[in-house]
Amino acid sequence: MGAEGIGARVARKEDKRFLTGKGRYTDDMVVPGMKYAVFVRSPHAHAKIRSIDASEAEKMPGVIAVLNGQQLLADGIGNLICGWMIHSKDGSPMKMGAWRPLAHETVRYVGDAVAVVIADSVGEARDAADQVVVDYEELPAVTDAVTALQPGQPQLHPEAAGNLIYDWALGTSEADTDAAIAAAAHVTEMKIVNNRLSPNPMEPRAALGIYDSAEDHYTCYTTSQNPHVARLVMSAFYNVAPENKLRVIAPDVGGGFGSKIYIYPEEIVCLWASRRTGVPVKWTSDRTEAFLTDAHGRDHVSTVKMAFDSDNRITALKVDTIANFGAYMSLFSAAVPTYLYATLLSGQYAIPAIHANVRAVYTNTAPVDAYRGAGRPEATYLLERTIETAARELGVSPAELRRKNFIRSFPYQTPVIMNYDAGDYEASLEAAMKQADWAGFATRKAEAEKRGKKRGIGMSCYIEACGIAPSAAVGSLGAGVGLWESAEVRVNAVGTIEVLTGSHSHGQGHETTFAQLVADRFGVPIDNVSIVHGDTDKVQMGMGTYGSRSGAVGMSAIVKALDKVEAKAKKIAAHLMEADESDVVIENGELKVAGTDRSVPWFQVALSAYTAHNLPAGMEPGLKEGAFYDPSNFTFPAGCYICEVEIDPETGKTEIVQFVAADDFGNIINPMIVEGQVHGGIAQGIGQALLEGVHYDPQSGQLLTASYMDYAMPRADDLPSFQVSHQNTPCPNNPLGIKGCGEAGAIGSPPALMNAITDAIGNNDLTMPATPQKVWAAVHATH
Amino acid sequence: MTKVTMTVNGRQVSGEVEDRTLLVHFIRDKLGLTGTHVGCDTSQCGACVVHMDGRSIKSCSTLAVQAAGSEILTIEGLAKDGELHPVQAAFKANHGLQCGFCTPGMVMTAVDMINRYGGRLDEKTVRENLEGNICRCTGYHNIVKAILAAAAEMGAGRQAAE
Ligand code: FES
Ligand code: FES
Repeated sequence: MGAEGIGARVARKEDKRFLTGKGRYTDDMVVPGMKYAVFVRSPHAHAKIRSIDASEAEKMPGVIAVLNGQQLLADGIGNLICGWMIHSKDGSPMKMGAWRPLAHETVRYVGDAVAVVIADSVGEARDAADQVVVDYEELPAVTDAVTALQPGQPQLHPEAAGNLIYDWALGTSEADTDAAIAAAAHVTEMKIVNNRLSPNPMEPRAALGIYDSAEDHYTCYTTSQNPHVARLVMSAFYNVAPENKLRVIAPDVGGGFGSKIYIYPEEIVCLWASRRTGVPVKWTSDRTEAFLTDAHGRDHVSTVKMAFDSDNRITALKVDTIANFGAYMSLFSAAVPTYLYATLLSGQYAIPAIHANVRAVYTNTAPVDAYRGAGRPEATYLLERTIETAARELGVSPAELRRKNFIRSFPYQTPVIMNYDAGDYEASLEAAMKQADWAGFATRKAEAEKRGKKRGIGMSCYIEACGIAPSAAVGSLGAGVGLWESAEVRVNAVGTIEVLTGSHSHGQGHETTFAQLVADRFGVPIDNVSIVHGDTDKVQMGMGTYGSRSGAVGMSAIVKALDKVEAKAKKIAAHLMEADESDVVIENGELKVAGTDRSVPWFQVALSAYTAHNLPAGMEPGLKEGAFYDPSNFTFPAGCYICEVEIDPETGKTEIVQFVAADDFGNIINPMIVEGQVHGGIAQGIGQALLEGVHYDPQSGQLLTASYMDYAMPRADDLPSFQVSHQNTPCPNNPLGIKGCGEAGAIGSPPALMNAITDAIGNNDLTMPATPQKVWAAVHATH
Repeated sequence: MTKVTMTVNGRQVSGEVEDRTLLVHFIRDKLGLTGTHVGCDTSQCGACVVHMDGRSIKSCSTLAVQAAGSEILTIEGLAKDGELHPVQAAFKANHGLQCGFCTPGMVMTAVDMINRYGGRLDEKTVRENLEGNICRCTGYHNIVKAILAAAAEMGAGRQAAE
């Protein structure tokens, strides 16, 4: 590897602008004549709209317009949709209710938008929004999915009887699974709750809609992880504008974690309002709006049975899950508790029979969709809590029980669709146990006991699936889009290089890692390589960044395009040196005839391609190639996380004394960036397990956790430094051998932490977040 | 409307503001210095931290009129002559930022912290002093590392100067 090539810890090219205040986020954009939007939102969880009276608001200073859902409907703006079709067990399609960008008949959660005020300043728009009088007829609300399924509960959408969106199953037949459970020597049963979370990227969502009446053209600056998908969906489904008349730009984006994949009402409304009013319209969410309206994550309630034979081998797993979808089906929501969840229920274990049943349910809460890990954290948490409890019930060590059940030969076909291509679970387990000094735990526990502290240790062996693919397979499972990625490599006449990628960076460091790839290939300095992304006018159609797909899929597309560039460059060089093409190699920025001292510098080849004075016969001028890459399979990162905690029985406060992560991500381009991804993921996982939780008042449906005063975000002093290592087995299914690393931390860490806490206090039933209050109560109940 | 005058990054600036205008909005909207960010509405996240008369403050909970007559330093004013400040350089070297949104506030907080503690910073102190700054991307691991590295370097620089 070179100093800037594959495998090097290269400091990030993008850092300087962020460190000097020169990052360009959507809210930083200012265009001439720009006005500001503030939304009027429902204060009720469920209500009919009788009337909206904006006459006073319209007279307020600075107000340009107050627009409502009737006008939006009259202008033909379509419903928001879910782009993944799931069919229930009975073959019926999922029951999708209408989601209007501005509600005009019924509001279904607190924060549902009903009108928008456009004014000269945010302050004036806010003042006027307060004066919009909406006459509501309140309806009873339900916020909890288990309750919403009961008879006699409030009904959200006429399309979905009993609030049931789908009732879906996967895997071994229920009868065969039940039979295996009945024949088992031991069955561990648990109820597992995966708490509802708010993603909370630090940059709140924002949108700037600019309508150009002369060209009948729209530009949308927005906080998106996938601007092309946003353009496609806004064109094809919401009738905002045809794709060639709509430019979507996602400039610097301040974190996403899934929540910025989706198309929300606000960007649609800003574009539409810009046409209605003739002025550019900008909206920026405040944090309370973010809590109210950003898609939430998780919120599963499950029961699980894990069956063992007398040799402690798992013989069957049966899972029943209820997933809260909130008031409307968000863009990818349907896929999360199905193909991103149930398909991972084999974990790292050989389980001959797995049956999963999933019911998706409407409630009067914010829409729920993919949040870092999306389905895989829920699957891992369920499995890893259950196997840990089983080990305690069986009186065997948790490591031994896992080891006994590890999958050891690959490829391995699970009963739940997935075909694992490669892995070495033992290697991660051993590395983590060694790093954590598992063997010395008993001594540390005894020492802690002398100080009056309860010490516990827990592990979690996770598997995840990244880079959802191939497109034909996901299409057959209901996806409305293909999940390939695109790249274009443009070599300029002076030899500098631009890479246009369909991936989008909102913290992942693509401008550096993608450039490393190119530098590695052609021996040019990374400063001569620019990565272009996030603008539908500049970059060819691409699918964006989520599901840890930028490495495995996005970079594979770049590799394909680089292959084509390299082939053409070698042809040109061979022609210039009058050598055989197959003898040409690229070394240190030169194209050489192998074994000789004949060479042409890289820039000379590029220049020759563009002067076209002396090219091989019939060759087109130029050096620019594009590629689309459609993976042949998911990739399967896996690893083992170990957490050690100390609990103060007097206060119930948990202190994390060490956290060890041993991951297999396949090949790594920039270890520094990969470690950063793991750190951030672990922090979010610890947040889920220890601190975070979205709470609605069950009667009124009011969001009780709508600010950082009420929603506990992990702070620096809640967390330890992490010990991170890699034990990599290259992925056999993509050219770089990459598996993906963006979500692992958030997937593997919650069960490790909860297993440690429950180990310390001897109570298997504790739920997340393990707040001091809950832990204290559990400690004192056990006594 | 009230006219306020203050020094921002060494340059005297004035502007008409409403009484309710927050310093952060004056800086972002009137001065066009968009490096200072707004991440919350309850004074919790620290994305808006700037220095007022040498001490870090949250510009989202300071009125523009309160800052009249003061010296304000924002992230844009930290690097001198195109050279990153040691804290900025340490954030880069230690990968202390991902999406960059919390970064200006983190850096301004860190500079103040190092000014206050000098060489006496350790991991625990750094973590405690970051209580008012939220980062969702990095898990703080590399931010803490960066601040400790910068503190060590700045401390060494100070010693060499003495
Ligand atoms: S914006 Fe000032 S603390 Fe969050
Ligand atoms: S780097 Fe994204 S919030 Fe800190």
